[in-house]
Amino acid sequence: MASAIAASQLHKRYGEIHAVRGIDLAIDTGETVALLGPNGAGKSTTIDMILGLADPDGGTISVFDGAPTAAIDAGYVGAMLQSGALIRDLSVRELVAMVASLYPEPLAVDDALDLTGLSEVAEQRTQKLSGGQSQRVRFAVALVSNPRLLILDEPTVAMDVEGRRSFWSTMRELAARGKTILFATHYLEEADAYADRVILMAHGSLVADGPPTEIRAMVGTRTIRATLPDADLDRLAALPGVSGAERRGEAVVLSCADSDAAIRALLAAEPEARDIEIAAAGLEQAFLQLTSAA
Amino acid sequence: MNALAYTRYELLRTFRNRRFLLLSLGFPVVLYFSVAGSNRHAHVEGLSFPLYYMIGMASFGTMGAMMSSGARISAERAVGWNRQLRISPLSTRAYFRAKVLTAYLTALLSLVVLYLCGSSLGVNLAGEDWLKMTALMLVGLIPFAALGILIGHLLTPDSIGPAMGGGISLLALLGGAWFPLHAGTLRDIAEYIPSYWLVQASHVAVGGHPWGTQAWAVLVAWTLVLSWLARRAYRNDTGRV
Repeated sequence: MASAIAASQLHKRYGEIHAVRGIDLAIDTGETVALLGPNGAGKSTTIDMILGLADPDGGTISVFDGAPTAAIDAGYVGAMLQSGALIRDLSVRELVAMVASLYPEPLAVDDALDLTGLSEVAEQRTQKLSGGQSQRVRFAVALVSNPRLLILDEPTVAMDVEGRRSFWSTMRELAARGKTILFATHYLEEADAYADRVILMAHGSLVADGPPTEIRAMVGTRTIRATLPDADLDRLAALPGVSGAERRGEAVVLSCADSDAAIRALLAAEPEARDIEIAAAGLEQAFLQLTSAA
Repeated sequence: MNALAYTRYELLRTFRNRRFLLLSLGFPVVLYFSVAGSNRHAHVEGLSFPLYYMIGMASFGTMGAMMSSGARISAERAVGWNRQLRISPLSTRAYFRAKVLTAYLTALLSLVVLYLCGSSLGVNLAGEDWLKMTALMLVGLIPFAALGILIGHLLTPDSIGPAMGGGISLLALLGGAWFPLHAGTLRDIAEYIPSYWLVQASHVAVGGHPWGTQAWAVLVAWTLVLSWLARRAYRNDTGRV
């Protein structure tokens, strides 16, 4: 397999903020990879460096075995950046055609509009579109370049349910055509359902890299919260099924790999425990746990 | 890849924005008639007042037209479109060409409108002088093309309005577009400002060449410095706004 993206010990700082802290990345052509992480994990900064929009402060990065800007100039990369909007005073068709004119081998404008379900609003001015429609136009803008590598930063954020469904079905079609796809998301479900491989980022570092099932097992932890004023944290952490314990005032919070085993053990060991809650850990919490363990 | 397509769509966008066109063409016209209309028979610097003021207002209008590319760039940056262009193969040169050409066409339109207004107040020049004056104006606007791009990449949409309003008024004032500058400190300073030489283009009507060595030196210097700055601002402007 040829390399689409290769990064080694990549660093980026913005003033005091160390946004990306020495990540290594190797993505082959034809892969569909999700870059998963909570807000502030460094996903967008990493994408900016892949696209040549930000220069790394340390480390190296190559796209199709060359500098990112060389890949951009050759028209190999199409991208949908986070939270952009459209310029006004052009119709949807004109805007997509304008972008197509910048690339050496673009898709036919009508094909790009069809793929993104925009044919019906093709003659409308961009400033008259709904949020979901604008998002689809931004997708069409990324697609019409007919890129080898498609990068999407939180692509479904402003889309409704129907928009998301048709977006992902288009993405599957593109993946089947052999495109390399990298998308950033903070939805575990999207990464799980649409990627061959998930790269987990938190606090600027790569926390995990593997097939979706593996990642889901890692972050699919639950927590048990109980009021237990005098409990011994070390003893709680050693209970079956418990991977960590911490105190929050009068309460303790147990992170559990197996919450069923943990709750039985807890009730046996600490009959005084009350106000018990069992909850699925949010992605954010799972990330924190993974990174603090790392 | 079609090198001129991007320019064509930029023009289309600009000329579809009626409100922008009406305001940028209309304001100098209103000023022209309200001031020159009541001074039709006056003379200034050996020129008829309607001629002098036609070029004064044309300088004001065309400077605004050139710098309005900055307002459009700033708006594009605010919605993230600048970054979208950066990840396309569009070259710096093609980008600058589109912005400059659009600015020049808007400026040319403003110039023609003011020529028509001037003619209606009796401005009458030999065909050759009209052409010479137009050529000087167009050359004199080069530094403002760079200035427009520069401020577009430096300022946000909410700060560019006051910056442009104030900047253009000041440049017009120092150029003698509002009223002629008498010999003195102000004019000594003005001779180093490119807008002064724009307004001086009206002197073709009294024979000779209105631009001497100093005029060309001022224009070349401002053009070089502003283009360098504009290029640098564009290159560095890849972050999220």
